[in-house]
Amino acid sequence: MKKLVIALAASAALLGGFANGAQAQEKKKVCFIYVGSKTDGGWTQAHDRGRQELDKALGDKIETPFLESVPEGPDAERAIERMARSGCAMVYTTSFGFMDATAKVAAKFPDVKFEHATGFKAGPNLATYNSRFYEGRYIQGQIAAKMSKKGLAGYIASFPIPEVVMGINAFELGAKSVNPNFKLKVVWANTWFDPGKEADAAKALIDQGVDILTQHTDTTAPMQVAAERGIFAFGQASDMIAAGPKTQLTAIVDTWGAYYIKRTKALLDGSWKSEQIWDGLKDGILTMAPYTNMPDDVKAMAEETEAKIKSGELHPFTGPINKQDGSAWLKAGERSDDGTLLGMNFYVEGVDDKLPK
Amino acid sequence: MFEAILLTVITAATPLVVAALGELVTERSGVLNLGVEGMMIMGAVSAFAAAQLTGSPYIGVLAGIAGGAIFSLLFAFLTLTLVANQVATGLALTILGLGLSGQLGEAFVGKPGIKLQPIVFPVLSDIPFLGRVLFSQDLIFYLSIVLVIGINWFLFRSRTGLKMRAIGDNHASAHALGINVIRTRYLAVMFGGACAGLAGAQLSLVYTPQWVENMAAGRGWIALALVVFASWRPWRLLAGGYLFGAVTIGQLHAQAFGIGVPSQLLSALPYAATIVVLVIISHNRRTTLINTPASLGKPFVPDR
Repeated sequence: MKKLVIALAASAALLGGFANGAQAQEKKKVCFIYVGSKTDGGWTQAHDRGRQELDKALGDKIETPFLESVPEGPDAERAIERMARSGCAMVYTTSFGFMDATAKVAAKFPDVKFEHATGFKAGPNLATYNSRFYEGRYIQGQIAAKMSKKGLAGYIASFPIPEVVMGINAFELGAKSVNPNFKLKVVWANTWFDPGKEADAAKALIDQGVDILTQHTDTTAPMQVAAERGIFAFGQASDMIAAGPKTQLTAIVDTWGAYYIKRTKALLDGSWKSEQIWDGLKDGILTMAPYTNMPDDVKAMAEETEAKIKSGELHPFTGPINKQDGSAWLKAGERSDDGTLLGMNFYVEGVDDKLPK
Repeated sequence: MFEAILLTVITAATPLVVAALGELVTERSGVLNLGVEGMMIMGAVSAFAAAQLTGSPYIGVLAGIAGGAIFSLLFAFLTLTLVANQVATGLALTILGLGLSGQLGEAFVGKPGIKLQPIVFPVLSDIPFLGRVLFSQDLIFYLSIVLVIGINWFLFRSRTGLKMRAIGDNHASAHALGINVIRTRYLAVMFGGACAGLAGAQLSLVYTPQWVENMAAGRGWIALALVVFASWRPWRLLAGGYLFGAVTIGQLHAQAFGIGVPSQLLSALPYAATIVVLVIISHNRRTTLINTPASLGKPFVPDR
């Protein structure tokens, strides 16, 4: 009997010891779900850069497992749930198409914090975060209007969701602020990631006479085609200068790192709240890649616009703006509210495309 | 303008045609290898890596062929020697290929690619219009045409081809006649792997000279569908590949031109067109059955 008590006590001590040791060592898991490969050279790579920065900053307190190439759709829910079940304290889901899946899983795991990128469904433990990419696209539009000889640019779009439509409109508005007759051709690739198809879309646009290319898809293939055909192009999500050293004018570079660090710190000190965050150039959540391959006056214009957007002096969606059919949308001086932008389902005047519904 | 569209169509259709031709031969021998996507992506990464390391895109092409063929050996060993289920093994091969290629290619992501330059035939390429389209292409396009002619001859005009088709139609009888079923199938599977690898090389050296993970983006599956579409006949396969390529590229041009048809509808067009043609050509059930390899996908264990 005595022996048994000692054995029990010893094993209890041992177990306790283990538990303590485990607690001291246990780091909180902050998890990421990626839609593409972490080396796609674009969107997902930008998120992974952010994750690495987070790891560097808070690596002693957290670990950052991730799942890559998770398809949008039913599989996404399974992947997110697996993450939540595996003990993640927080899960970042980094694609618009993960929205419904994230909301479902978030409801099942009230103790886990979720953050969904670029969506609009929030909950008590589900925050959304987004970047005002349109600010960068407005600057690109201005540059395009200065650099294009024909006054015609091509836009490789992915899916007709508000985010993409907003980008197209911002680009066109930027261009029109320089050249009121500027036209924009749009091709929908209906994919985020397919180098071949993106290249085909780029070739189709160039064959139809555009002399500036911009993209809202994830690979460097369009940049490469632009380089081959000797026209200028803009990079997307990551600096794509390596794919077109003489081609890229600038790129919208997603810099999620600072945001991830801020929010994860909030999680650690318990101040995390569900919010719907939409940061812009001034917050450093996106930055412009160096303005290259352009004359100094164009560069100066771009830098000035960037400064004005940062200071709040300039809002790309400021009236007078007409819708594509010529009807009035914003009166002179009127600024669009965020709600309209986030649900944007119409083109502004000058876009040469019929918006898929 | 029209010439430019044709050039784009050729680039888009070539990898489909090449990969599908390989699978056609594999299936004619009675083996169903669903791992085309996996072999293709292995070919793409091998080709890109070899071209980067040696500086020669032609060595890249060879490496792509070798990469696909060696990778397909795994499938052959599992399904022919160990008699594993072909469908499951093929799917596993695709998944393995996608993962393995991502791992192998990690060092090459973002490296500027080396493009396989066109070979221009001096006199022929001066023929107005079609000359430039047909006679100033890259090596892989010419190979694809040679492959169609060669495979057609092999299957329907050569003795070995006849034996291979016999195996595909009834492996037990072929075995009884003294034909080496397993060896022939090993070679057929490897030929399929080599072609898928060559198609992969086209992706990473011609179509988009770069390496990104998962860059085949489903083309292997389209190639598989093309084989059925073509009812296992090389010339139909060529036509099918170009039809699919033409509609894919055509819809992008239609969009850029601004004809105002919803893009989702246009994007579905290549698939819809394929289905319509499939319905028309499979109208005659008897001719379809004649072309279908009867032992396709069935396991074979020699009785002694």
